[in-house]
Amino acid sequence: MNPFSCGATRMWRNRGIAFKLILSTSVSSGLIFLLIFGLHYYSSLKIIVKDIEANAQSLALSKANMIETVLSSTQKIPENLACFLENASYNKEEILSLLQEIVEKNAEIYGSAIAFEDSPFEGKSSGFAPFFYKDDGKIAFSDLSQELGGYSSLDWYQIPKELSRPQWSEPYYTGGGSKILMATYSVPFYRVVRGETQFMGVVTADISLDWLQNIVASIKVLQTGYGILISKNGTLVTHPLKERIMNETIFGLAEERGDPNLREIGRKMVRGESGFVPFQSRGTEERNWVYYTPIRSSGWALAVLFPRNELVADIKRLTWIVAILGIIGLSLLSIGLTIVARSITKPLTTMAKATQEIARGNLDVDLPVPRSGDEAGLLLSAFRSMKESLRDYIQRLTETTASKERIESELMIAHDIQMSILPKVFPPFPDREEFDIYAMIHPAREVGGDFYDFFLIDHEHLCFVIGDVSGKGVPASLFMAVTKTLIKATSFKGIAPGEILTRVNRELSQGNETCMFATIFCGVLNTRTGEILYANGGHNYPCILRGGNEAIWLKGNNGLVVGAVENATYQTGQTILHPGESVFLYTDGVTEAVNEREELFSDDRLRTKITLLQGHPPKGLISRIAEEIALFAQNVPQADDIAMMMIRFCGKRNG
Amino acid sequence: MLRTGLSILLCILFFPVVAAAEKPLKKASFLPQWSPQAQFAGYYVAYEKGFYKNHGIDLTILQGGPERPPFLFLTEGKTDFASSWLSTGLRWRSSGHKVINICQIVQRSALMLIAKKAHHITTPRDMDGKKVSLWGDEFQIQPRAFFKKYDLNVKIIPQSYSVNLFLRDGVDVASATWYNEYHTIINSGINPDELTTFFFHEHGLNFPEDGLYTLEESFQRDPSLSCAFVKASIEGWVYAFSHQEEALDIVLRFIEQAKIPANRTHQKWMLNRMKDLTSFSDPPGSIGMLQPSDCQKVSQILNESGLIERKPEYESFFVWCDKDVEK
Repeated sequence: MNPFSCGATRMWRNRGIAFKLILSTSVSSGLIFLLIFGLHYYSSLKIIVKDIEANAQSLALSKANMIETVLSSTQKIPENLACFLENASYNKEEILSLLQEIVEKNAEIYGSAIAFEDSPFEGKSSGFAPFFYKDDGKIAFSDLSQELGGYSSLDWYQIPKELSRPQWSEPYYTGGGSKILMATYSVPFYRVVRGETQFMGVVTADISLDWLQNIVASIKVLQTGYGILISKNGTLVTHPLKERIMNETIFGLAEERGDPNLREIGRKMVRGESGFVPFQSRGTEERNWVYYTPIRSSGWALAVLFPRNELVADIKRLTWIVAILGIIGLSLLSIGLTIVARSITKPLTTMAKATQEIARGNLDVDLPVPRSGDEAGLLLSAFRSMKESLRDYIQRLTETTASKERIESELMIAHDIQMSILPKVFPPFPDREEFDIYAMIHPAREVGGDFYDFFLIDHEHLCFVIGDVSGKGVPASLFMAVTKTLIKATSFKGIAPGEILTRVNRELSQGNETCMFATIFCGVLNTRTGEILYANGGHNYPCILRGGNEAIWLKGNNGLVVGAVENATYQTGQTILHPGESVFLYTDGVTEAVNEREELFSDDRLRTKITLLQGHPPKGLISRIAEEIALFAQNVPQADDIAMMMIRFCGKRNG
Repeated sequence: MLRTGLSILLCILFFPVVAAAEKPLKKASFLPQWSPQAQFAGYYVAYEKGFYKNHGIDLTILQGGPERPPFLFLTEGKTDFASSWLSTGLRWRSSGHKVINICQIVQRSALMLIAKKAHHITTPRDMDGKKVSLWGDEFQIQPRAFFKKYDLNVKIIPQSYSVNLFLRDGVDVASATWYNEYHTIINSGINPDELTTFFFHEHGLNFPEDGLYTLEESFQRDPSLSCAFVKASIEGWVYAFSHQEEALDIVLRFIEQAKIPANRTHQKWMLNRMKDLTSFSDPPGSIGMLQPSDCQKVSQILNESGLIERKPEYESFFVWCDKDVEK
């Protein structure tokens, strides 16, 4: 692709919608207009030409017929006379009076002669040619054989004689003062003498051609169209320019103008052809049509010139009007398009600028009020309301974000507080070697409902608790704090775990409008004997690890969940840990951890893992179990709080 | 327009001076052998441009025509100078009239025979047995010699002044002059390529045509007048050939005065052909000279045709002013 077209394409691509719309619409409608316009002009012209040809033909033919009629009626007279001379017997006087009568009686005949090859009367070999003619209203006589040079080689005599057929002469002017345009019709006549046809002479009739000039002169086509008549030799017999008449031939005219086309038309005319041809004279710039048709009897030809400019003037005027209307229409279209395009592009431009402002964060940018209900107006209103909504939304978002941050920070504090109320320092009793204790908690949210606790009631008794409050989050954490505090407050020396849960339950149940509850496992370890008294308020069974054997569930004495039923009582169960044996407590977050296949971690998996890991100290075991859970859950987010606690009874080392 | 104005102005300014300086003008008359047309352009131009006056002649140009045979007018003393064909001049001289040629203007014969190719005539032989129309007298000398040369047996028909008989196919072959009838035929709608032309000068029958004649005694009485007439006439021709449009204007004016239909196109053709026929492009010294060989040849043919009994002597028949008088 050359750089120019590339540049042009880019230029086009970067132009505005209005420009593209106007340009493409104007160009395409302009082309359509031109096509229709051209077609209209062309076909109108064709129709006009067809019309003109028909008119030209009928006009020329009617005029030619008029001329033909006069000529052929004139021809009859000498033809009849010749017939008489061929067939009848006559003497000189009869001939003379007959000839005189013919000239007298026939108004159209100017003169008539009988020219004998050899005089039949006087027996002399010279000719005899009586000629009667009109002269100043009188009939005059002359014997043409007496004129200088004779008549034997004159056209009017010689041509019909040599051709042996009647002939019209070339038109000519009479001599003398009154120049009258004449033509002579000559008819040869014969006699059969001793079986042989013998040429006797020629009968002539001279007619004035004034009438013919009048007929042709009456041909007027609009302002400048005219008719011309040419003789057999192409001589202009009539022409609008007087000085050309009988003075030039159509071929001389063609030579003068250097116009071979005119010469060709002339040749067709003298050959007796007829036709309708365009004709542009070299001399003048005007274009014309010419219809020509022959006058058969005399060999002359009539041509009518149709001025093209005048004939197509109406079409031209109409064409101009259409063209001007077209241009006005196109201009109006462009103006209309400009207005429409502006109404589209102006809001678009404004919106493009506004969008940039908005992108920069300025939501207070001014937008014009939509004035129309069209798509552009709708877009503008939509854009306005979008801007408003966006502004409101961002305002709200700012507020929400602020309050969320506040809540989050409060929750973090709550988390810290919650964690702080759970014993977090391990080993908690560094001076006590009879037992090893470790616990961990991992809330699903900032704060959770799981909890654990352990404390010494007296020197020999370690109370340990693990619980799980129903629900999650802040309410659970508050309930948990209450529960933990109640448990710790309720535990005093000698109280059985069942009694602790019974009392705590009573406390929690009273006025528990939220219907929250907790599952709690509470145990008391005799650090000297390893005896464990315990009560279970609906919590998961702990595991007892008895060194080398499979972990066993510490089932039995399972009571109701704590806080649900006011009068519930909890039984105290009992078991013994021998030195080296451990108890493992946990919340349901451990066994109900879910992986991607929605499988539960499950009690069995927990027991198997614990059994495998029972050799580890409590901290190690709990860490490994936490890792196992994380490994199991993979990417599935933690759904519930997880808490684990393990106590290993070591027994009294020193005794 | 400007030039015309200027020349008028110059004439007004200088004419009296010239007239005063020169001797009084000598009166003389001149008869061309035909009615006014470009065939005589040189004389009309010389007249209109004042060349004759410049050479001391107050010339009257008579109107020629068929009813005014030049040599008859010359011998009867009705004109001082006349234009005519060489063959006519030789016949008059031979018959004892003391006419002399003082300038041979047309060196090449314009006479020709013309036929339509449609009549299957393309060579002289094709004319055998055909109808040929001929003019009378001098115009028949070359055609008859032509028929004799090619041994043709033709049917001769008298030809009038028009070519209509030929145009209407009444004859197969017609006489014509190159500068006149040939063009008339072309301008009657027949194309040159539809015609076969036989120029006599191309068939060894070159008859120099228009020449200027006067009587021997007139010349002897005042040789300077004759020579001045010849000089002025040649000047007229030279001017006419180099100023064609102006020459045509002048010729057309004379034609109109004679009340004859005037056709500029036709006169232009004629003037151009006169330029070809006069051979004025030859060495300037030979303009107007009758070549002895041409004179001899024409006399020979006239003699053979039985039109003259004795051939006139070239030296006494042709008097060339340049050589015989001025030097």
